[in-house]
Amino acid sequence: MGDALAIVLGLICCLGLAIVGGIILMYNGLITLRGRAENAWSQIDVQLRRRYDLIPNLVETVKGIMKFEQDTFTRVIEARNKAVSVQGIADKAVQENILSGALRQLFALVENYPQLKSNENVARLQEELVSTENRIGFARQFYNDIATKFNIAIQSFPSNLIAGMFNFKTAELFEVSDEAQKQAPKVDLNLK
Amino acid sequence: MNIYEQIAHNRRMTWLVVSLFVIFFLFIGAMFDMLYTGIPFFSVIALLTAGFSSFMSYRYGDKMVLASCGAHPLDLDDPAQRQWQNVVEEMSIAAGLPVPATFIIDEEDPNAFATGRGPGHSSIAVTRGLLARLNREEQQAVAGHEMSHIMNYDIRLMLIISSLVGAVALISDWANRSLFRSRRRSSSGSDSSYSIIILAIWLITAVLAPFVSRVLAMLVSRAREYLADASGARITRNPLALASALEKIEMAVKPTTSGNHGHAHLWIVDPRGSNMGMRQGRVADLFATHPPIELRIAALKKMAYEPSG
Repeated sequence: MGDALAIVLGLICCLGLAIVGGIILMYNGLITLRGRAENAWSQIDVQLRRRYDLIPNLVETVKGIMKFEQDTFTRVIEARNKAVSVQGIADKAVQENILSGALRQLFALVENYPQLKSNENVARLQEELVSTENRIGFARQFYNDIATKFNIAIQSFPSNLIAGMFNFKTAELFEVSDEAQKQAPKVDLNLK
Repeated sequence: MNIYEQIAHNRRMTWLVVSLFVIFFLFIGAMFDMLYTGIPFFSVIALLTAGFSSFMSYRYGDKMVLASCGAHPLDLDDPAQRQWQNVVEEMSIAAGLPVPATFIIDEEDPNAFATGRGPGHSSIAVTRGLLARLNREEQQAVAGHEMSHIMNYDIRLMLIISSLVGAVALISDWANRSLFRSRRRSSSGSDSSYSIIILAIWLITAVLAPFVSRVLAMLVSRAREYLADASGARITRNPLALASALEKIEMAVKPTTSGNHGHAHLWIVDPRGSNMGMRQGRVADLFATHPPIELRIAALKKMAYEPSG
């Protein structure tokens, strides 16, 4: 009788320990994933900043020759300033996409100026901006992958219980939204 | 096989190769001791040599490989090299890894390889011809392929294998010379038949060793190329760019002359001439360090038309 009681108690203890251990593991797993997502987001941020710094340089360099493209310059600079000031991942994504569109239009126009195309400085800046666009794209892809993994983790059973207990929130994805795509200009088919 | 299994597998294989190498040295040392000293004198020396050269290849092997190919750091004022540096940085962002050191090799044949100890201690080298022939997207694809070799520690295993293959080759040269001497001596009748048998076993090992290690390098590197193609394409999300990069590299018939020094398995395509990749059949299969390039291209194209998962 006493033996049976001891066994049952032992089993209950083991079960309890296993549950507590499981909770700790899952909690730590979620924390790790969230940390990685935050880290990946900061990588996007670094690249966005790089772009903000490059844009005024580019505009300064090409302004002298592209005298008749004032509209485009204004659009690029405005888009840049708006993107700098906006907060929140979703809003940021929208503004950044508008900025990408404006830049693409500027590049399309540069194609019309042979003396710019052959200018070493312009070519260099253009390469840096193209690379920055790619970096933003890849950083976004990396962030979205991790954020999706995190979101799946906090929504699937049983880790969703832990996520609820400790108030984990789903990570926002940095996406190319429909709205932004509508605003992006159609590239230069009629300009050539 | 997912990336974690692959990393674990590579770590195990690295240890296995190093252990085999040490055991091989120990065996040779023990033979000497049995024949000449009777105390473990040569065994200890062999053990120390093996340990030291394993450590050196782990630590400095990447520098040795790079130096033997004549690789030198990029000149960032050159637009093509600046672009390649950017491409590598882009791909390291996409893979979420530290940026590897970048090197260029002054050669017309397009080719590339990665080496190092793992993420954080890695280098990527390309030939000038690769930068000249491949467009930006294709360069990204190549960088993505190399980045996945870095990510899953292929580079560490490959590096250890290629450095130790070199060391074993040295031993076997030496063994060949000893063979001459021992023959002269045994003809003079001073050696017992027992030691001749031991010597024969030792010599067979020493002569077979380079062959065995070469086959090892081949077996170990071929499946990896498919895996690196696949995970490289996952990094860029653009399998077709890698397919067309491979096509362009394949088209250049000239062999990569800097790639002949026992590290053929490091490169993205076999540097000993692209017709190697076309040859099929058992023997060619056994000796090729890389799978036939058409099969790699076909696998990539198939990937492009499948939903990502």
